Amino acid sequence: MTDQPNLIQMRGVSKHFGDFQALEDVTLDVKLGERVVICGPSGSGKSTLIRCINRLEAHELGEIVVDGVTLTQSQGSLDKIRGTVGMVFQQFNLFPHLTVLENLTLGPRRVLGLSEDEAKARAMLYLERVQIPDQADKLPRQLSGGQQQRVAIARSLCMEPRIMLFDEPTSALDPEMIAEVLDVMTELATSGMTMIVVTHEMGFARRVADKMVFMDKGEIVEIGTPEDVFTAPKSDRFAAFIKQILNH
Amino acid sequence: MKRVIVLLPLLLILSGCSGNWGWYVVDPTTTNGANNLRFMATGAYNTILMSLTAIIISVIVGLLVALPGLSEKKAWRAFNRTYVEIVRAVPILVLILWVYYGLPQLSGITLNVFWAGVFALALSDSAFQAEIFRAGIQSISKGQYEAAQSISLNYRDTMRYVILPQAIRRILPALGNQLVYMLKMSSLVSVIGMQELTRKANELVVSEYRPLEIYTILVLEYLVLILIVSAGVRWLERRMNSSEA
Repeated sequence: MTDQPNLIQMRGVSKHFGDFQALEDVTLDVKLGERVVICGPSGSGKSTLIRCINRLEAHELGEIVVDGVTLTQSQGSLDKIRGTVGMVFQQFNLFPHLTVLENLTLGPRRVLGLSEDEAKARAMLYLERVQIPDQADKLPRQLSGGQQQRVAIARSLCMEPRIMLFDEPTSALDPEMIAEVLDVMTELATSGMTMIVVTHEMGFARRVADKMVFMDKGEIVEIGTPEDVFTAPKSDRFAAFIKQILNH
Repeated sequence: MKRVIVLLPLLLILSGCSGNWGWYVVDPTTTNGANNLRFMATGAYNTILMSLTAIIISVIVGLLVALPGLSEKKAWRAFNRTYVEIVRAVPILVLILWVYYGLPQLSGITLNVFWAGVFALALSDSAFQAEIFRAGIQSISKGQYEAAQSISLNYRDTMRYVILPQAIRRILPALGNQLVYMLKMSSLVSVIGMQELTRKANELVVSEYRPLEIYTILVLEYLVLILIVSAGVRWLERRMNSSEA
């Protein structure tokens, strides 16, 4: 992993919402193929951090370079990095008026310029990968939460991104559906996708992560391999946090 | 339609109670009555055509005015507010008179009665449409925009394929209301001589001197038109909901 180039570089990134400091001098590198899990209490800035990577939020200070493109206001840099970075949301954010298949083909057709048949073929490929090809013609509301989130993952994959961001992908799910989504994410991780996952699923983090990041109050408090950070946390805050999570 | 069926006998009972009715003037069994009814009904074509044309234009203009109202740029929002506040403040009748009699002096462009009516109705309604669209679009969650951004859709495609289809479903009842409103307001275009339902009724009253019966029929004509529109809108709502269910 160490000899891979950096796909994402964040240097001294800061952002605040009013008086609230969402990110404070964050520096983080993500290498090609690396799987990073970010955890931390709510309001710690973990969602803001990944939302800055595809510029759903604009950072105020510091530098973010994604796949060689420095993020700025310019529309050109936005188009480039959004094509590179896929994102999965806590609330799925599927398009409720479109069928599963239409959700998946919209981007490829309108953005990548694929024909309807090409887009459909690609969509079916990824629906099979998330194991719900039989739901292609249904509307999102006819699916369970777990299925909807898998469709959302497939929708992102249809754009063939180099990096996938997951913003608490299982937090809105009933407990029995969490596993099916984590399975899909684990499979994606083994296939070599570069992933940044904000989650409280510590089992998943231990299994999949190359790098664990713990944030609190907008800062990266602890960073390292899961083994290191779980067995010998350096900070009291992180130790208290995992204790709370694991006892919960 | 049920309401019409209830109302008609009610009117007949009312007419029985009073010696002041003279239904002969619109009695379809007599030649004169049938001719009068036919004469009144011929106005429906212009009422419908004018209202539909105006509503189509006002929906398009309303949307084009609503979009800048949602912009992050202050100047765009100011344009939206100014348009809505000014246009909304002009009474339709005044606008009709201004467009028909005033506009030719100002611009040298003379609109015929039909287009002057359509223009005034559409302009007036567009301010309300803009507010309806703005509210409808604002009701769509931020997550939908973010999802669209995350798959790199540009602004136009985001609006066209993601936001507007959902917003239109939500504002359909309000759009139906505006169409009803438009059908009623089109009666005002009679003052500049448009041969629509109200004008026809007025002309008949002048020759027959039976305003009570003729205007009652006129009320029924609007009632029937509007009930058909309501039923149509409800059907459309059901269809759109079932396609989502």
